[in-house]
Amino acid sequence: MIWQIDLAVLILVLICAVGALAVKDLMGAAILFGAYSFLMCILWAVMGAVDVAFTEASVGAGVSTVFFVAAVFRTSRRSKD
Amino acid sequence: MKALALAIVALVGGLLISATVDFPDWGDPASPASLHVSPHYVEKTMEETSVPNIVTAVLADYRGFDTMFETTVVFTAGVACFLLLRRREPRPGPSRVYRHRATGVIVEMSQPPDTEPAPEVFKRIDDDWTPHDLIVMNVCRLLIPFIQLFGLYVIAHGHHSPGGGFQGGVILGASVILLALSWDLRTATTRMKETATGLMSATGVFIYAGVGALALAMGGNFLDYAALSPILMVDPVAARSLGIFFVEVGVGLAVMATMVLIYRNLASEGHLDQGL
Repeated sequence: MIWQIDLAVLILVLICAVGALAVKDLMGAAILFGAYSFLMCILWAVMGAVDVAFTEASVGAGVSTVFFVAAVFRTSRRSKD
Repeated sequence: MKALALAIVALVGGLLISATVDFPDWGDPASPASLHVSPHYVEKTMEETSVPNIVTAVLADYRGFDTMFETTVVFTAGVACFLLLRRREPRPGPSRVYRHRATGVIVEMSQPPDTEPAPEVFKRIDDDWTPHDLIVMNVCRLLIPFIQLFGLYVIAHGHHSPGGGFQGGVILGASVILLALSWDLRTATTRMKETATGLMSATGVFIYAGVGALALAMGGNFLDYAALSPILMVDPVAARSLGIFFVEVGVGLAVMATMVLIYRNLASEGHLDQGL
């Protein structure tokens, strides 16, 4: 892969990871975590681990984001810390 | 305290990043990970199991014991969600909302009725019901069969292409979750009953362990699918390929049912009547 794009994706992964931890709004954190999973899926696919990329896309970016959103809906939306 | 935590995190992170320099190069054939058993898998998988996708063969055959307990972990997560969240008593709060099917009039009852109104006359709707979008509902109705077909393809075609039981099961489960999101939770629950999800997730694990035990009963080792060749009436190599398929079906069933079970209990606070 072109290393510039690789670097850009890696930086986005870092931004999403730090953002998911730092954001006060839990719904935003869930969505950022989904974006993180999807970017990781791209990285796995680039490295040739297509099976892992597939799992990351379906489990990480798909279902677990839905679970997070469902859980956030049933609790308070803002984090206390 | 926060400054101390930040310092520790920065220190450990710095150590980890400095240690990555000593890693072997990416894809290096001389790295320790590529020297021990990997060459055997790369060279012999095709002739031993006739499965072109080495990842599937390693997951479900060579490392089948790991995958069996991964499936058990998924099943256990579903059971834990069920035990923690599921509530038998009806939802507290007075009101129940119904829509008269013929006229579209919304009726709100201040107390839960003793007997449910006839479902063909009054359709129960969510308390915080917002009119569902016609486009979203119908697009999802059109898409869900294709999503499910793709999920089945991913399970069955895991021998040849990326995929397998876990991914296919998640896709199948996501299609039911999509139905619950685009219509409502009650529709999805009538299509796939609660007992069905519980039974299917247990059956999936049972299929996996059952195939392993059957191999044991046929005189092979646990999960040694080659021992199944007399039952399947194929040669041992094809029996290993078929054994992987049976196991993947079990994984797919367990994962699909568990995903649906977890989503329902999370979204409805364990009442399974209304959700997102």
